[in-house]
Amino acid sequence: MELSGAEILIKCLQAEKVEYVFGYPGGAVLFIYDELFKQNKVKHVLVRHEQGATHAADGYSRSSRKVGVALVTSGPGVTNAVTGIATAYMDSIPMVIITGQVPTHAIGLDAFQECDAIGITRPCVKHNFLVKDVKDLALTMKKAFYLATTGRPGPVLVDIPKDVTTDKCKFEYPETVSMRSYNPVVKGHPGQIKKAAQLLLEAKRPMVYAGGGVILSDASPQLTKLVKMLGFPCTNTLMGLGGFPATDKHFVGMLGMHGTYEANMAMQNCDVLVAIGARFDDRVIGDPAHFGQVPRKIIHIDIDPSSISKRVKVDVPIVGHVLDVLDDLISLIEAGKQRPEPKALNAWWEQIKLWRTKDCLRYDRKSKIIKPQYVLEKLYEITRGDAFITSDVGQHQMWAAQFYKFDKPRRWINSGGLGTMGFGLPAAMGVQLANPGASVVCVTGEASFQMCIQELSTCKQYRLPIKVVNLNNRYMGMVRQWQQFFHGNRYSESYMDALPDFVKLAESYGHVGISIEKPADVEPALKEAFKRTDELVFLDFITDQTENVYPMVGGGKGLTEMILAEEL
Amino acid sequence: MRHIISILLENEAGALSRVSGLFSARGYNIESLTVAPTEDESMSRMTIVTSGSEDVIEQITKQLNKLVEVVKVVDLFEAPHIERELMLIKVRAGPKDRDDLKRMSDIFRGRIIDVSEDTYTIELTGTGQKLDAFIEALGKTAILETARTGACGIARGQRVLRI
Repeated sequence: MELSGAEILIKCLQAEKVEYVFGYPGGAVLFIYDELFKQNKVKHVLVRHEQGATHAADGYSRSSRKVGVALVTSGPGVTNAVTGIATAYMDSIPMVIITGQVPTHAIGLDAFQECDAIGITRPCVKHNFLVKDVKDLALTMKKAFYLATTGRPGPVLVDIPKDVTTDKCKFEYPETVSMRSYNPVVKGHPGQIKKAAQLLLEAKRPMVYAGGGVILSDASPQLTKLVKMLGFPCTNTLMGLGGFPATDKHFVGMLGMHGTYEANMAMQNCDVLVAIGARFDDRVIGDPAHFGQVPRKIIHIDIDPSSISKRVKVDVPIVGHVLDVLDDLISLIEAGKQRPEPKALNAWWEQIKLWRTKDCLRYDRKSKIIKPQYVLEKLYEITRGDAFITSDVGQHQMWAAQFYKFDKPRRWINSGGLGTMGFGLPAAMGVQLANPGASVVCVTGEASFQMCIQELSTCKQYRLPIKVVNLNNRYMGMVRQWQQFFHGNRYSESYMDALPDFVKLAESYGHVGISIEKPADVEPALKEAFKRTDELVFLDFITDQTENVYPMVGGGKGLTEMILAEEL
Repeated sequence: MRHIISILLENEAGALSRVSGLFSARGYNIESLTVAPTEDESMSRMTIVTSGSEDVIEQITKQLNKLVEVVKVVDLFEAPHIERELMLIKVRAGPKDRDDLKRMSDIFRGRIIDVSEDTYTIELTGTGQKLDAFIEALGKTAILETARTGACGIARGQRVLRI
């Protein structure tokens, strides 16, 4: 029997066990929506803007290990989705984005709602396909899911012209797929792993620096085992938080621009550094020349060869799946008798303890105005560190990363690479759908939140009981902070005037809104919010306008050139 | 430093723009780029002449390898290789210049492949430097038009680029 392209597409999604598709209908995808309507295996979540669809699919993927799927129409549907696609690409999130296209005969004729989806998204996808013949559709979908999830994961876009959704052919979903031009490495080179083990065992001042690759390859148990076995200090990048338990004594906090003093100092002063699923980016190590001033041996484990020696030269590159490489590394060390020399390691820990006494995350706990850090500490206590936290981008994101101690992977959902304001709420929708019953919190600011505020409507439709923690300082806080530090206190356009009444706004969408202005009310308000397990609660915390994120490494500065909070 | 990078890639619509897009997005330089299908119609071979530090060239080859449609990448400068470029050049060839131009073309082992009342079209192959030298020797006033293919290259000896 022959099936239409639209039917085939839905069958492919079913074959891939896709649970949710986040999307928005339009002319070019009407036949696909018609087929969605006729079945109930693949559930559709109607967002209010295509950016929301891609972020929701992204949050769904990050929190569940599954592929996030988004479906949008041609033209503006695609262009609206681009921000979300680029966000997923920068953070290597497996997603499949299905976009409608004008009929094949109209392509290139400036048809209504036509845009070159392939051309526009080429630089921000792992790969993309234009399906010109219905006979290619099933294989293309198979390839899309295969590419999205293997190697270094990423978003893959499939552009389907409208006539392809009505053309018919026989349907057969391929069991497997292989591509001669695509063969991602899994196992690390045994010789390199041996070299790495030797370097680690001989290290006097070792440091483990682990990033998002650990989360993506589900290698947290391996990372934790390795660090505890060796007794080494471990830091996580913004993307890697939760990859190593934050409450473990070996954890020295996040590193980087807003990393802890001890993490940055240890990173700079170690003699052997092992980078695991991390890429030495500018927000992590600052100026590479400054970083390179200190001699140290670097081991770099990453699935993407192009991440190795891109910003920093390394001594022992190991290309492979983090999980497999760590397994091999652990077995090798376990099999041998040698262990790190305790004397040197103890001296190194003493040094780190000394750095820790700086208490770099201190803030004024006696303040009469709500300090954002206090809200996050209370949030951590009340949720017992077990919530899924999504964030937008800015100061609140950094405070959440510093003050919420993530002990498990895939609990911290944020746009690290692209830094997309507006990510938090739609991502939280995907997280909540992937984890029904779990506490999902969107930590945001009044500027970021307004960038995808329309999704409050989606939350109502699907009864998503997300808790929104809005750290409302009436400024684009991070912009204001940079302007204070580096632009002579000239707060150019960083003040948010004419803000809405967020409580009333939440209520108008059918949610609960609470405004909190006094520190004493923070805890009761949070408790009240989490009692309402079946409602979205918007908590509008009126916070200190002048609070800054410390420590801070200025743009282009060396990692240890940190600005610290003034003595309190 | 100048490098010649040879790429085998799937002969599919859009593959070329993935490669050229990569170069522009990451700020790599393209001196020339040639591409055509190979004896296996499903694959194209592309030759890119580029320049950059060792680090940049390493990133270029890694980034090229990362493209899903790229099958293989080789930097021909790593070993002995042969490089050729084809040029078609149309020159002003009035009655009194004709003999000189013919002689010049012979010296460079060019071939005159089209003749009109007052023009010659000469075909010339060689390294880019040789073509440059020919242009220089003719002088700007004589030249009406040039069309160059950009370099393509192949390794010497038994080294081959195939799957």
